[in-house]
Amino acid sequence: MTALLPRRGLAQILALIVILAVDRVVSPQFFDLRLQDGRLFGSMIDVLNRGTPVALLSLGMVLVIATRGIDLSVGAVMAICGAIAASLADSHGLPVVLAAALGAGLVCGLWNGFLVAVLGMQPIVATLILMVAGRGIAQLITEGRIVTFTSPDLVWLGNGAILGVPVPVAIALGMLILTGAVVRGSALGLLIEATGGNARASELAGVGTRAMILAVYVWCGVCAALAGVIAAADIMGADANNSGLWLELDAILAVVIGGTSLFGGRFSLVLAVLGALIIQTMNTGILLSGYPPEFNLLVKAVVVLAVLLLQSPKLSGFAGIMARLRRTKP
Amino acid sequence: MILKALFAASATAALLLSLPANAAELTIGFSQIGSESGWRAAETSVSKQEAAKRKVNLKIADAQQKQENQIKAIRSFIAQNVDAIFLAPVVSTGWDAVLKEAKEAKIPVVLLDRDIDPSGKDLYLTAVTSDSVHEGEVAGDWLAKTVGDKACNIVELQGTVGASVAANRKKGFDTAVAKHANLKVVRSQTGDFTRAKGKEVMESFIKAEGGGKTICAVYAHNDDMMVGAIQAMKEAGLKPGKDILTVSIDAVPDIFKAMAAGEANATVELTPNMAGPAFDAVAAFKSKGTVPPKWIQTESKLYTAADDPQKIYDSKKGLGY
Repeated sequence: MTALLPRRGLAQILALIVILAVDRVVSPQFFDLRLQDGRLFGSMIDVLNRGTPVALLSLGMVLVIATRGIDLSVGAVMAICGAIAASLADSHGLPVVLAAALGAGLVCGLWNGFLVAVLGMQPIVATLILMVAGRGIAQLITEGRIVTFTSPDLVWLGNGAILGVPVPVAIALGMLILTGAVVRGSALGLLIEATGGNARASELAGVGTRAMILAVYVWCGVCAALAGVIAAADIMGADANNSGLWLELDAILAVVIGGTSLFGGRFSLVLAVLGALIIQTMNTGILLSGYPPEFNLLVKAVVVLAVLLLQSPKLSGFAGIMARLRRTKP
Repeated sequence: MILKALFAASATAALLLSLPANAAELTIGFSQIGSESGWRAAETSVSKQEAAKRKVNLKIADAQQKQENQIKAIRSFIAQNVDAIFLAPVVSTGWDAVLKEAKEAKIPVVLLDRDIDPSGKDLYLTAVTSDSVHEGEVAGDWLAKTVGDKACNIVELQGTVGASVAANRKKGFDTAVAKHANLKVVRSQTGDFTRAKGKEVMESFIKAEGGGKTICAVYAHNDDMMVGAIQAMKEAGLKPGKDILTVSIDAVPDIFKAMAAGEANATVELTPNMAGPAFDAVAAFKSKGTVPPKWIQTESKLYTAADDPQKIYDSKKGLGY
């Protein structure tokens, strides 16, 4: 158990439990589950289902951040890939649609990785280019309209279920296991952490840092593509203006809530996904609470601040000192 | 007071519409905002159609959502000495200087779809806009009439918090609903005008209201959110349009598709034809010197399943929504 839940995950798990408890208070039926048309139905399922895009984005983002990079373009890549999937859905089979969308995500990732790893651009600027241009590309693909489709295969990706579990959730879980197996089942994760910790030292020690950086941006692009396809499948249409809008920030937030430092180095995939779930648990709770929407962002900010404070080493150090002082008092 | 103004405005608009189209040699420059939404694209294509109908030479400049591009476009229209300038302002302030230049060049400016701040009122001929408070009222009145005396719990999907359209559509609907004690808005959340958020918010409404059994109607500030909400209702095993009434605003093609399938009940049109009344106002001003009222209100037409939604869908889908 301790191996599965490292000590640094305690703050996140605690935060999730507290937020779940608050959700239960504002909405007594929060944990109710039933089957509806062969698909589990309930607020908890909404949390998992709606949290899927950000969870997928955070899977790629956490690796990029571990190399001391950042990818601001994931929201725009979602829009591009969703647009491609929706445009092809009614004329081509699911394999072609998926290959085209994921391929586009891969190309976007290659572009970002090329700018950062080969040309040595600062990641925030390099990915800002695609963040701005990408939404334009998506709008060109959809011609500014919402492209709708009826292809049952693609719709299934967004709204179907496997043994009652919504397909998006199953996909996210699969991606978590796959990514975990690849980076933690080999030395890859360690090499990524080394690249982020000190790129020059790692280079001298024989780590192919360029290849590492290129690879993480490509993976980030593929994850974003998958998130984009799922977002499009969910509403049976590609909305280039709004799909993935500002989600890059939620993904970064999820990674940070998951305890990975923006200065690179040590990272945790599971905690990043947990971070995404914390964000969505909060969002769903806010929607269920019935408060006026003007409070949404305020509540979100306060909760995020509290979660980050929980993790702050300074603050826990401070709490430790206070505890010791209290103990030494006569 | 408002009603009187509305009446005057619509009467004038009707009068102008009945005028013969004798604007054969007019050249009009149109500074369009850009492709911010499907409605905007439809407005551009309808403007072209209306111009062709009247044999007006319409020059459209796409500003890509930037005010400086719009100012440049207006200056270039002035330099070309066009007969009139249409402006769909991207923001409400900062137009005084360029509009003064147009005024000095004696080129009338007509605002389309959006107004500018009060200090510039004497700088343009007229503004052709929709009244978004009235749109909300039309939606509310339809619901009140349809429900009758039954008690009805309404859930509301608001537009983006802080957007004036969202505030106005809420205000109009609230005014209409407040006249009927049996109608009550039980939940109201923002769906940011998007399908995805509309679906997500509706999912939570359904859970919070006993699986949707206590919801009698949904009101959405735009059709896109309603399309998302309809999906959420279907996935929850509810029948939108039958178990739960729907009314939304904009009249985009996809809501007519839902209406034709019996899954949506009503929508209030935000007409993309802002240029038509503007052309007529300019033609009358140029030929007879008729000064139009400062505000020409477009009609907020209500569409229901009785209006042959499939036919309207077919006619609207090519407009670029």
